[in-house]
Amino acid sequence: MLVSNLEILPGHTIVRHLGLVQGSSVRSKHVGRDIAATLKNLFGGELRGYTELLSDSRDEATDRMLEQAKAVGANAVLNIRYSTSSIAAGAAEIFVYGTAVELQDD
Amino acid sequence: MIDLYVQAAGIVVLLILGYLFGQISERRHFKRLRKREVATAFLPVVATRYPPTDQPYQQLLVSGNVVIASDYFKGFLAGLINLFGGRVTPFESMLDRARRESLLRMKDAAIEANATYVFNIKFDTTRIATGRLAAMEVLAYGTAMIPLDTTPDTVVVTEH
Repeated sequence: MLVSNLEILPGHTIVRHLGLVQGSSVRSKHVGRDIAATLKNLFGGELRGYTELLSDSRDEATDRMLEQAKAVGANAVLNIRYSTSSIAAGAAEIFVYGTAVELQDD
Repeated sequence: MIDLYVQAAGIVVLLILGYLFGQISERRHFKRLRKREVATAFLPVVATRYPPTDQPYQQLLVSGNVVIASDYFKGFLAGLINLFGGRVTPFESMLDRARRESLLRMKDAAIEANATYVFNIKFDTTRIATGRLAAMEVLAYGTAMIPLDTTPDTVVVTEH
C-alpha cells in the first residue's frame, strides 16, 4: 500500500477514486511518566516518553487508515494529512486522513 | 510571614535551576542542530506539492517528531513579558528548536531510505498539556523521493 502526502504520482495513473479514509488514535501515558515529565519541565529539554508515545500513536492511526483503505479495495492513499489535538490532561488524539485510490502503473 | 519567605526562596531556587539547566541544554541543543544541519544540507527539502518528473521515483512518507518542554525560567520570563506585550523570545527559541529537530529527524529517515528529495513538507504543532506542564509537540512530514534506478550501493549524492 502506497501512502503519500502528494496528490500526483508521476508514472502512475489513478484509475478509481474511492473516497476519504481515516484513522485515529487517542493515547495517554501512565502517571509515572507524567510525573517524570513534570520534573523535566523545570529544567527544559525533550520529553522522550511523549515523543515515543505520539509516534506510536501516529503509527496506529495510520494502520487504521490503511485497514480502511484495504477494505474499500484501494492500493494507495494519497494527499494524507496528520492532525493532533490535546483533548485532556495527558491525552492526545492523532487523526490521519487521505484519499483512497486505485493506481495503475503507466 | 515566614511561609511567604520560604515560598519566595523556593521560587528563586527553581528559577536559578531552570535558568542554569535550561540555558545550558538549549545552547548545547542549538550547537548540535547547527552541526546536523550542515551534515544533512545535501538533501533538499521543499514545500512544493508537485513532484519532479525527470526520472522514475519511488515514494515514501517520512516523518520526524519531538516533544519539547519549557523550563521554569522560561515560563516565568514569558509571564513577565506577557504583562507588557511583545515578542515572547523564550518560547520562540523553544519552538525553533522543536521545528528544526523534527525536520532533522525527518531528514534522517529520508537519508536512510536513500532519498534525493523530500517534497510537500508539512508541520503540525500541538500543545501537549498535562496539568501545569507546558510542552509542545512538533511533527514534520513529507514525501521522500527515492530514485528507482539506484540501488543503495550506487546512490550518488551531490555534496554541498
